Amino acid sequence: MSTAAPPSVTVRVLLFASYAEHLGSDALGLTVAAPATVASVLEAVRKMPGGDRVPPRPLLARNLAHIGLDGTVESGDEIAILPPLAGG
Amino acid sequence: MSFLTAEPIDILELLGSATSPERGGVATFLGTVRNRHAGREVVRLEYSAYEEMAEAQCARLVTETEARWPVSVRMKHRLGRLELGEVAVAIVVAGGHREEAFSGCRHMIEEIKRRVPIWKREYYADGSVAWVDPTGSAPAPSFDHA
Repeated sequence: MSTAAPPSVTVRVLLFASYAEHLGSDALGLTVAAPATVASVLEAVRKMPGGDRVPPRPLLARNLAHIGLDGTVESGDEIAILPPLAGG
Repeated sequence: MSFLTAEPIDILELLGSATSPERGGVATFLGTVRNRHAGREVVRLEYSAYEEMAEAQCARLVTETEARWPVSVRMKHRLGRLELGEVAVAIVVAGGHREEAFSGCRHMIEEIKRRVPIWKREYYADGSVAWVDPTGSAPAPSFDHA
């Protein structure tokens, strides 16, 4: 019988504007099972209190670059959940 | 170079740094704070950003535009509180001729709107406040900020 913990991935999640208001926080640490995708991280965030107000397919970024839900995630990554952009 | 600023944008400085004798076509786009949105009277607004990513995306966009057209590009976007009429975004694209200047300038503003993580909070004359969602569904106004 193995004593090793199941593999997991720990990331930093950044929230902005309306999403930060919904979750009551603009940054949080999150651990999800490995192998993980951006979708796994988003799913965990949407289960948190207020997370149901984040849509199922928001804009997302990994380490400062836009990425889709199927993007892979590694420990130490910074995943940002972006409300509809309104610059310009 | 920093593309985001909390200070009023110096348009002449931006123009001066982009133009040169061989660049005879200079296109400038200014986005200013409008007094109405979706039929409501706006009194001021506030921009915020995922600053590190916004800087990186602006840098990539400038590099990409300068690679696609023979132009020199400068841009600045304001953050923080802005009053009506203030310049929120300024883009200067200087090229040999007008065609590449206009094309590059158009590309810059469209892609800024599409890619750069900046958010806008509008304050209305009736005391309500809302995050602007250009993708459609108007957000329910909150009345907690008089």
